[in-house]
Amino acid sequence: MMASRLVLRGLGRRFGNTVAVADVNIELAAGEFLSLLGPSGCGKTTTLRMIAGFLKPTEGTIEMNGEVLSSPVASRPPERRNMSMIFQSYAIWPHMTVEQNVAFGLSLRKVSRATISEKVARMLDIVKLHHLANRYPAELSGGQQQRVALARALVVEPDVLLLDEPLSNLDASLREEMRLEIRRLHEEFKITTVYVTHDQSEALVASDRIAVMNQGRVEQIDAPIAIYNRPKTRFVASFIGRTNLLDGTRAGSVLRFDGFEAPVSLFPFASELKERVTLSVRPQYINLSKEGSVRHGARPVWEVPGIVTHNAFLGEWRDLLVQPPNGSRPLRVSTPPNVVFGDGEKVVMHIDPEQIVHLP
Amino acid sequence: MRKQLTARLRDVEPSAFLAVLLIGILAFLVVNPLVRLLITSLTNSADGGFTLSNFAAAYGRARYITALGNTLVLGLFVTLSCIVVAVPMAWAVSRTDMPGKWLIRILTLGAFITPPYLGALAWIFLAGPNAGWLNTAYKLLTGAETGWVNIFSFPGLVFIIAIYSYPYLFVFTSAALDTVSSEMEDAASIHGAGIWRTTFRITLPLVLPAILGGAIITFLEAIALFGSPAMIAIPARYNVVTTQLLEFFSYPVRVEVAAAYALPLLAVTIALYAIQQRIIGRRGHITMTGKGGDRRQIELGGWRWLAFAASLFVCVLAAVLPALVLAQAAFAKAWGKGFSCANLTLSNFHYILFESQATWSATLNSFWFAAASASLALGLALSIAYIVNRRLVPLGGILSFLCLAPFVVPGIVLAIGFYAAYAPPPLALYGTAAIMILAFTTRFLPIAYANASASIRGINPEMEEAVRILGGGRLTAIRRVVAPMLKGSLFGAWLLVFIPATRELSTAVFLYGPNTRVMSVMLLNLTDEGVLEPAAAFGLLLLVIIIAVVGLGYLLMGRDFMERRSE
Repeated sequence: MMASRLVLRGLGRRFGNTVAVADVNIELAAGEFLSLLGPSGCGKTTTLRMIAGFLKPTEGTIEMNGEVLSSPVASRPPERRNMSMIFQSYAIWPHMTVEQNVAFGLSLRKVSRATISEKVARMLDIVKLHHLANRYPAELSGGQQQRVALARALVVEPDVLLLDEPLSNLDASLREEMRLEIRRLHEEFKITTVYVTHDQSEALVASDRIAVMNQGRVEQIDAPIAIYNRPKTRFVASFIGRTNLLDGTRAGSVLRFDGFEAPVSLFPFASELKERVTLSVRPQYINLSKEGSVRHGARPVWEVPGIVTHNAFLGEWRDLLVQPPNGSRPLRVSTPPNVVFGDGEKVVMHIDPEQIVHLP
Repeated sequence: MRKQLTARLRDVEPSAFLAVLLIGILAFLVVNPLVRLLITSLTNSADGGFTLSNFAAAYGRARYITALGNTLVLGLFVTLSCIVVAVPMAWAVSRTDMPGKWLIRILTLGAFITPPYLGALAWIFLAGPNAGWLNTAYKLLTGAETGWVNIFSFPGLVFIIAIYSYPYLFVFTSAALDTVSSEMEDAASIHGAGIWRTTFRITLPLVLPAILGGAIITFLEAIALFGSPAMIAIPARYNVVTTQLLEFFSYPVRVEVAAAYALPLLAVTIALYAIQQRIIGRRGHITMTGKGGDRRQIELGGWRWLAFAASLFVCVLAAVLPALVLAQAAFAKAWGKGFSCANLTLSNFHYILFESQATWSATLNSFWFAAASASLALGLALSIAYIVNRRLVPLGGILSFLCLAPFVVPGIVLAIGFYAAYAPPPLALYGTAAIMILAFTTRFLPIAYANASASIRGINPEMEEAVRILGGGRLTAIRRVVAPMLKGSLFGAWLLVFIPATRELSTAVFLYGPNTRVMSVMLLNLTDEGVLEPAAAFGLLLLVIIIAVVGLGYLLMGRDFMERRSE
């Protein structure tokens, strides 16, 4: 099976006067797993439905292996795109058995009966549902229905696999299992895949690359680690993981923030700094120590004094708010659960400049 | 270029063509009859020119104006009677520990499915001025010379309509009461309010929108009714709008005048229905928030037996006594001779089933018209509900509106519209089976549409999208997925049209011809001719068939079968 290249070029969609998707440019390499990640209403599902052919774009094109599938003038209907899709509701047909559900796509392709039963049996083995072949969907658990949906989508050997928030109806532990399962199936079949989700951990685990969307536009496309460690926009920095966004201004050789400051020379990106500056600092990259205690380590570290105003124990970590003495807004800090600072305690925040992201 | 065009054509949804066809059908069934009604009312029958003289003729005589007033007074009295009877009954059944609730519910359903004209016939046996059972019994007990009740009177008419209308209000009120949680009442009790105060200050105000909504529906049903007034009001020389319309339709037919005279009835109905929708829409949801709270029953103590007796009394008047006297008359040589073996006979049934060609063909007609119109209405409703719900065409809202619009058109007005539109050439459908079936289809299209739409909404569009992405077209999706998933609920929806269509009178009475009489019309004719025993046998046959079909519906669809029609 040859995996397919999918190209979205200047893709846009308006509903009346509302712009749902604008100027989306994405090139998927053959066999790539790409996630569209964003809050609800960001246009990710609209983009997916345009790729599937359920919606016609109002601007731009969708091409597969060099052939235009969708454009504002014509859109090939979904049934002639050789794609597969996993739906949020699974959309398992309740009046057909597991086996009949999985066989459906093959029967539409006029495959011989023997081939169908052979392929269905093999696919049910792969998703570990062989023993349930003759059950009806109502007799299956949510996770099992999800596997039926996967089997039904994969058995037809599609050019492109589309997934629309496939795990949002599962409970937390099952979700963790299924996102590994989805990645495993991708390793096995290497089908070009577009995965829509609002859950960053799903996107981080499964994807080769993530396209973060906001208000109909793609803010950044990158590998998961780059998205997390090197966000390019305010939105990406705050949407993926938790962070402190520090807005400051440059005054000569000093950066002034809300109630604290730092010498420009401290930062590795000093040369890029303009007059207005936004930095992103993850809460877990801030270390705390008691005021006046001695610091260890050789590298230069940014030290900001503050007072603990809020302290919440969350099991795997502690969430603190630390207020710089002259500032109006506290910073979020995460500490290991065994490191205890009381409310009102005076502390110093130590921030490694290497872990600070400068948002252009 | 040519290749591109065919490619474009392949990408057009086949439903776009279907939509054009459906709009055409709705224009034929719904729009044209109403437009023709309006045009006819403004047309001079002699030269076809514009005129207002039809309105002058329709309102030119005091007698005609009086009929209008009578109808409004009748509707008002019927509605008030129903409120007095149905609201306490619904409260007792929903919220108290009254015994025998199941019996009250079943008998109320019985009153609901009894055709009002059949009830009217039964009450002629019960309260006819001299020989009626109640009068005979009264004379026997008191030795009086004359009877004490006369069904052929204004109070008689109010009574006979009210006992077959109260189920509407009962269903509306008890459905609303069922959603008021005890927590709301507890909240009042905790602040020191007693049971009665809680009921009157909290519970009833919460369900007031439902009561008002039900009252308006009751009023509309009462003023649009044809059968009971035809059987009771005409002998009582009490003229109402629907009987007056019949007069305009008697030879020589003055359809222009009838059309002009029908317009106020239509206007009143539309206005009140709009008000009803506002009331239900604005405040109806408040009571729905009681979800989750359990509902305890209010303990009535010794009063609960009184509540039961009162409720049972209403049901006996509406369902039990009429069924009894109908059965007696159906098997009697002469109904006035009472319950004795010597009076027993099967000859009435022999007459209607084997001797009279007319009754036999009326029975066949009823079933075949009802089955055909149920199938047509449901097929149309499903197609439209599908393309509207899946947003396959723009202006789906208009299609949906047209399907529901006949709900506000009284059957008798619809019949005049159909007569005006399709009786004259070129179609000249008057007296044919086609016009009956088409009129029935239009009349019950709203029921079919409400049910079809609910069924379609119940199917997640992703079920079909899954077919399409796997390589099936929309028609494949409909055939392999939508149709099999709908199958169960469709039969229920079909029955919900079939049942009222078998008993429909007011639409049929202006459109039937010598060969297209239906059971309801036949029953009216037999009563007019005074052959009451065969009429009773015929009515009993109709009732048994209706009960059997309703029973079948419950058997197949479960407990909420009939409730769905109030959607």
